[in-house]
Amino acid sequence: MANLKINFAGIQAPNPFWLASGPPTNSGYQIMKAFDQGWGGAVWKTLGVPVVNVSSRYGAINHRGNRVVGFNNIELITDRRLCDNLREMEEVKKHFPNHAVIASLMVQTKKEWQQIVHDVQNAGADGIELNFGCPHGMCERGMGSAVGQEPEVLETITRWVMEVATIPVIVKLTPNISDITEPAQAARRAGANAISLINTIQSLIGVDIDRFVTYPVVENSSSNGGYCGPAVKPIALNMVKNCAQHPLVQLPISGIGGIENWRDAVEFLLLGASSLQVCTAVMHYGFGIIRDMTSGLEQYMDSHGFETIDQFIGKALPNVKHWEDLNLKYRVIASIDEEKCIGCQLCYIACEDGAHQAIDLNDDKSMRVPKINEENCVGCNLCSLICPVENCITMVRKDDGNEHLTWRQRTEANDVPTTFDDALAGGNSHTVPAPLEALKK
Amino acid sequence: MQDNEKRFPQIKPLMNTSEAYYESSRCLFCYDAPCTLACPTSIDIPLFIRQINNGNLIGAGKTIYQSNYLGNTCAKVCPTEMLCEGACVFTKVNIKALAIGRLQNFATNSAILSKQKFFDPQNNTGKSVAIIGAGPAGISCACELRAAGYHVDIYEAKSNPSGLALHGVAPYKITNREALMEVDFLKEQFGFNIIYNTRIASKIDVEKLESNYDAIFLGIGLGNSAEIKIKGENKTDCVGATEFIEQIKMSSLDKPMAKKVIVLGGGNTAMDAASESARLGAENVIVAYRRSEKEMKAYDFEYDLAKVTGVVGVFNIAPVEILGEKVVEGVKFIRTESQHGKLVNIPGSEFVLDCGLVIKATGQLKQTSMIANISGISLDETGRILVNETSCQTSNPKYFAGGDAVNGGAEVVNAVAEGKNGGKGIHAFLSR
Ligand SMILES: Cc1cc2nc3c(=O)[nH]c(=O)nc-3n(C[C@H](O)[C@H](O)[C@H](O)COP(=O)(O)OP(=O)(O)OC[C@H]3O[C@@H](n4cnc5c(N)ncnc54)[C@H](O)[C@@H]3O)c2cc1C
Ligand SMILES: Cc1cc2nc3c(=O)[nH]c(=O)nc-3n(C[C@H](O)[C@H](O)[C@H](O)COP(=O)(O)O)c2cc1C
Ligand code: SF4
Ligand code: SF4
Ligand code: SF4
Repeated sequence: MANLKINFAGIQAPNPFWLASGPPTNSGYQIMKAFDQGWGGAVWKTLGVPVVNVSSRYGAINHRGNRVVGFNNIELITDRRLCDNLREMEEVKKHFPNHAVIASLMVQTKKEWQQIVHDVQNAGADGIELNFGCPHGMCERGMGSAVGQEPEVLETITRWVMEVATIPVIVKLTPNISDITEPAQAARRAGANAISLINTIQSLIGVDIDRFVTYPVVENSSSNGGYCGPAVKPIALNMVKNCAQHPLVQLPISGIGGIENWRDAVEFLLLGASSLQVCTAVMHYGFGIIRDMTSGLEQYMDSHGFETIDQFIGKALPNVKHWEDLNLKYRVIASIDEEKCIGCQLCYIACEDGAHQAIDLNDDKSMRVPKINEENCVGCNLCSLICPVENCITMVRKDDGNEHLTWRQRTEANDVPTTFDDALAGGNSHTVPAPLEALKK
Repeated sequence: MQDNEKRFPQIKPLMNTSEAYYESSRCLFCYDAPCTLACPTSIDIPLFIRQINNGNLIGAGKTIYQSNYLGNTCAKVCPTEMLCEGACVFTKVNIKALAIGRLQNFATNSAILSKQKFFDPQNNTGKSVAIIGAGPAGISCACELRAAGYHVDIYEAKSNPSGLALHGVAPYKITNREALMEVDFLKEQFGFNIIYNTRIASKIDVEKLESNYDAIFLGIGLGNSAEIKIKGENKTDCVGATEFIEQIKMSSLDKPMAKKVIVLGGGNTAMDAASESARLGAENVIVAYRRSEKEMKAYDFEYDLAKVTGVVGVFNIAPVEILGEKVVEGVKFIRTESQHGKLVNIPGSEFVLDCGLVIKATGQLKQTSMIANISGISLDETGRILVNETSCQTSNPKYFAGGDAVNGGAEVVNAVAEGKNGGKGIHAFLSR
């Protein structure tokens, strides 16, 4: 049986699923309820000098019937007094001594930082997370992402914290930076015990096109917010992988960004995260999703023979390489299962208009199954992604697997196109219709 | 009419906004979409569904009306299971087809209620066209001709427009209010005239039209219910299906519904008459068909709709005589079977079923006597007007025709398509 327990930089938890700092962790009431339902840990809503918030605060992207594919907020840190939060934190720890309670912090001066670290340690927190990520509001006041975007400032503040911390310290990174590994390395240099990423991405979620103002609307105005939810997962995965692969980071990573089910969780773990944090999905569905997450993760581990989570953390990392090291001899082409095809012809128009004109229709219009033109198919995947029928278009391997040749090797052998009209152009291998053919259809 | 709206709840009610949003979300936006190919008026279905989904309801309405002038009526009365929805690719993987009819209704109903103006016809040709019959074919032809700049007068025998779409189609598919509302909407923006209570019957009527108009479109539909030609057929309470349904639809049924009803026939009209009788309180409704269940012309879903109201189908029985003094008391049947593909009566198998109402639903007559007053119009052997398929021109070049009078009785959507083609044909003819 799979064991979901983790030890993350010295913080113990019954499972890797933690609530990320945000509205679901506003209060002891919510965190108790979440632990009771099976969450393994919680990062308290960021503590500091309490703020005053605006209304409204959130915006979302819906996509064809699916609500909140992407989410955005202009909310600040906690608006509750520190004393109330600390009292509740103590109470939660009393009831759930084996669950992870992490205090997220954001203040300004060295004095404030060191004071608040003491306070949360006294309240029984198991760890501390430094919020250097918030990309709206707080950064205008020199905090949040204003710190996360300056590796040196980040390093200085982290050192202040490390001077007094007796419990593990996690630095939360902002994605609003071109190279995420720079602040990650700074955290490492300052002696932090772990990093967590990503915080929200600076964004405008949309525009009210009748009132000429972006969302969320506050009277007649708005402000940029932070983007999160399922749509940001690919960005988060890439950043997690970058930090996990970097030789000068080498810190445990708490993965955050668009996680809403066990599959997302496994992906983060395989790319090097060793704990996981969730915010938007809980705001959407409530704490109850944890049952699906833990049971799915257990099922996955059992089916792969993993007994502990450690056994597969980072297991996909060695396979994420530089482009120049990919095998140029590997060749797949699309194949349509005629039995499964329902004749929507979306693959046809996708390849015809959006790719490589490698799918043909039957001259007899009543025969709606398209045909792959194997000569022209470059194996891009597009049609197989678009086909609405499960496993109807598959990509079939055509090379025999005996040859291996990378761009790096070809470059070393002077076997790559180097001039504009080079005969070695990759596109020479397939036919492109003449422009005027377009008007003859 | 109000009464009918209560007595016959709509089987395809108007969608609410959430329903329309989620349902439209499902459409795949197929290329050269099978649903559109299956629509006799070729509505760009994936386009209007996407427009609904993306919050352009007005644009969706426009897309529909550009292909089909009776977009709302068709949305409600089309046998979509046999047309667009039956062709939806989802049915191939046992997923419910998009509710195309109801989405279409959502868009067109909104266009009508908000009085959208999609067309701006002019009188720039100086020519005028007469249309006989304000049914779906005639109305559709009128719209097409007005859009092309002709003066259009429609002569209609009845006091209401819309033909069988008003007087015939089952009341649980479309309300009278909806049918009339769409014609008003079209009249408002196209500005054709309808001259009601004016049947074009005699040679003189016809000649008058010929001298006053540059071309004439025949959208006269079919005639009364056919007779079965058996003994006792003219007894009281032995009625034709279309006449009976018209009385229900126009709320002019003058006596309470009989408890036991026998419907003779096996087509969609038979099913409608049976369903409507049951919904109006008949306790025992039998549809009696000469041939087997498999050979029935009625669509499966129409038979299903009748069955859920308690209608029972009895097959391989043929009526021999309508029994009763002056008023119907029952029907004598004989059993039939198919021998080498021929239907034969089984001697000695006669039996009697009691009833208080017999509804004959064995088809409608053709309007041959009216057409006989027009010179040079050729008919086929069943009495359908012969036309050129693309132009809808008859063998008398001044006359064009479409709808039930040409196809022998199909659906509203076919009449709309043919009416539009007729309008195009007339435009081409007059602008030579
Ligand atoms: C009982 C029944 C149920 C039906 N249910 C459906 C359904 O659910 N869905 C569907 O799509 N279709 C249905 N149909 C078929 C559909 O109603 C017809 O196909 C369609 O109405 C044909 O249109 P049309 O314009 O050709 O003829 P009609 O609708 O018959 O219109 C002809 C018009 O011409 C007028 N007219 C005729 N002769 C003259 C004259 N000499 N002078 C002046 N005016 C004249 C008539 O009064 C009438 O208004 C049904 C038909 C029946 C009988
Ligand atoms: C397959 C693919 C290839 C792309 N190639 C280019 C490119 O050659 N040049 C470029 O400026 N952007 C390129 N882009 C980025 C797009 O122009 C665009 O900025 C990006 O996809 C975001 O827009 P979207 O969300 O509408 O896709 C490419 C995008 C895709 C999906
Ligand atoms: S996308 Fe898939 S289902 Fe649609 S036509 Fe292509 S192969 Fe068939
Ligand atoms: S894999 Fe790409 S190139 Fe090949 S058929 Fe599909 S869309 Fe076209
Ligand atoms: S066939 Fe179905 S899914 Fe495809 S475009 Fe038509 S309604 Fe949409």
